[in-house]
Amino acid sequence: MASKEIRGIFCDVLTEEMAKDKRIVVIDADLAKCNGTMGLRKIYPDRAFDVGIAEQNMAGIAAGMATCGMIPFISSFTPFATRRICDQISVSIALAKCNVKIVGSDPGITAQLNGATHMSVEDVGVVRSIPNIVIYEPVDAEQFRQAMPQIINYDGPVYIRMFRKAIDDVFTAPDYKFDLFKADTIKEGKDVTIFATGIMVQETMKALKTLEELGIDAEVINIHTIKPIDREAVIASAKKTRAVVVAENHNIIGGLGSAVAEVLGEECPTIMKRIGIKDRFGQVGKLPFLQEEYEMTDKHIVEAVKEVISKK
Amino acid sequence: MGTAELRNIAKQIRYYTTDEIATLGVGHIGGSLSIADLLAVLYFKEMNVDPKNPNMENRDRLVVSKGHAGPAVYAALALKGYFPMEELKTLNVEGTNLPSHCDRTLTPGIDMTAGSLGQGISAAVGMAKASKILDNGARVYCIIGDGESQEGQVWEACMSAVQLKLDNLIVFMDYNKMQIDGTTEEIMSVANPAERFKAFGFNVYEIDGHDIDAIVASIDGAKQVKDKPTMVVLNTVKGKGISFVENALVDCHSMNFNAEQKAAALEELK
Repeated sequence: MASKEIRGIFCDVLTEEMAKDKRIVVIDADLAKCNGTMGLRKIYPDRAFDVGIAEQNMAGIAAGMATCGMIPFISSFTPFATRRICDQISVSIALAKCNVKIVGSDPGITAQLNGATHMSVEDVGVVRSIPNIVIYEPVDAEQFRQAMPQIINYDGPVYIRMFRKAIDDVFTAPDYKFDLFKADTIKEGKDVTIFATGIMVQETMKALKTLEELGIDAEVINIHTIKPIDREAVIASAKKTRAVVVAENHNIIGGLGSAVAEVLGEECPTIMKRIGIKDRFGQVGKLPFLQEEYEMTDKHIVEAVKEVISKK
Repeated sequence: MGTAELRNIAKQIRYYTTDEIATLGVGHIGGSLSIADLLAVLYFKEMNVDPKNPNMENRDRLVVSKGHAGPAVYAALALKGYFPMEELKTLNVEGTNLPSHCDRTLTPGIDMTAGSLGQGISAAVGMAKASKILDNGARVYCIIGDGESQEGQVWEACMSAVQLKLDNLIVFMDYNKMQIDGTTEEIMSVANPAERFKAFGFNVYEIDGHDIDAIVASIDGAKQVKDKPTMVVLNTVKGKGISFVENALVDCHSMNFNAEQKAAALEELK
């Protein structure tokens, strides 16, 4: 069950925080209606504005404002918030140490009917290799609600890879406490570790039922902050289970799978398998079709788990 | 500060810029010398800045979007007292605070990192917008190159400066008509820049970029204009002040200096 659209949470938190903190500004590039920030313009007409379809300029304006002590949020769809403005993120934001929060919506295959041009298979890879930037991908409404104030309080650039619509709740415990720099262990287990991010966390939760029936005790860890990755959490779990599956809505090159492989390769080589887009471009389709097409369903996670366990 | 004194400051900026580059033996001499007069006016007459407190909150700001003019900006900053004159000798030396292209995290007084062309003017727009929101009266100055204006982002930034009614933003275009591969006319024309910026909605002046009084007058004019950003097209000479650098034409973008050339150049700037 989904409690609220993620973009709704985005707007709610900003509405509250902008009242408390006059430094926060919200800049859009003609996608405010899609990303949920349109309403802010009525409440904060001077601090929520549009720069038109000009993402490079949006990034630069935000960087300039950040040098004056402001905390700008800039938004677009993931490909245009990252690969299109890669150099602006690198030079004007990251190198210049500007406190800008970059929000990309519709990551990976979730762009659905907008198709290949709007599907970022490479955004995490692009941003991850730029120094001095945090990458966070929300899982559900509650996690994102807790993450936003921490992102605002963090003094430095953050890329938020935001699925914008309603998605099943995962973090429902009343005492759930989120930490931007610590991985979330959703279920402990001993046979295999599934590191998952974004919409693939919900897919992993579906896979758990089948795994249980197969007598496989899986550990599920959400790596919501892909950079800097929680190395300790990755190493500790891999040492315990000695078999790893990584599930992400991104090219298996450059994303979370690569990040986990880098840690494991250096610290405790472990058999692993990556679930994600296998170095292909996107295409139009509804999510269930695309998940089948790109082998990103709960079934594919189960198969990967069986494979890594057999190779232990 | 009067015209004669500002002329003298511009001369010193040229001298120390050349000393920095020629001591190292190579550097972006042409586009540094072309903006020396403007830097003299900005740092020694117009800008509300404090070299003892480079991060003063409500200060005026300068974004040198053509970041390769770093050496000239460093000479101006040192003369203004941001750091000791001797530090100018560290241009591009390993571990320096004075890199080829301006870096706000390294050099006191540098307001924005620039070097990847087209980006600084957007940051200047952001600073001017921030100053409006904060209502602190700060003015933002920005220097763009003519070759740089072939970058699409420059025009995105211009559209937004007009749309956001940033009358606290004054942009200067160093129209020296040359770039690395040839003249701007040969490579990709930006001819009639004043007309182009007028069409975008700017308040525009076109002046001799080496005329101190004209620079001062353009800034005075800009301060009177409401709801519009100002663009000042500076007709300049690339390499201005050193005859053999001027005569190198498009080859003066970045030049090597041997000991003999260094001596000749500094002699001419004395």
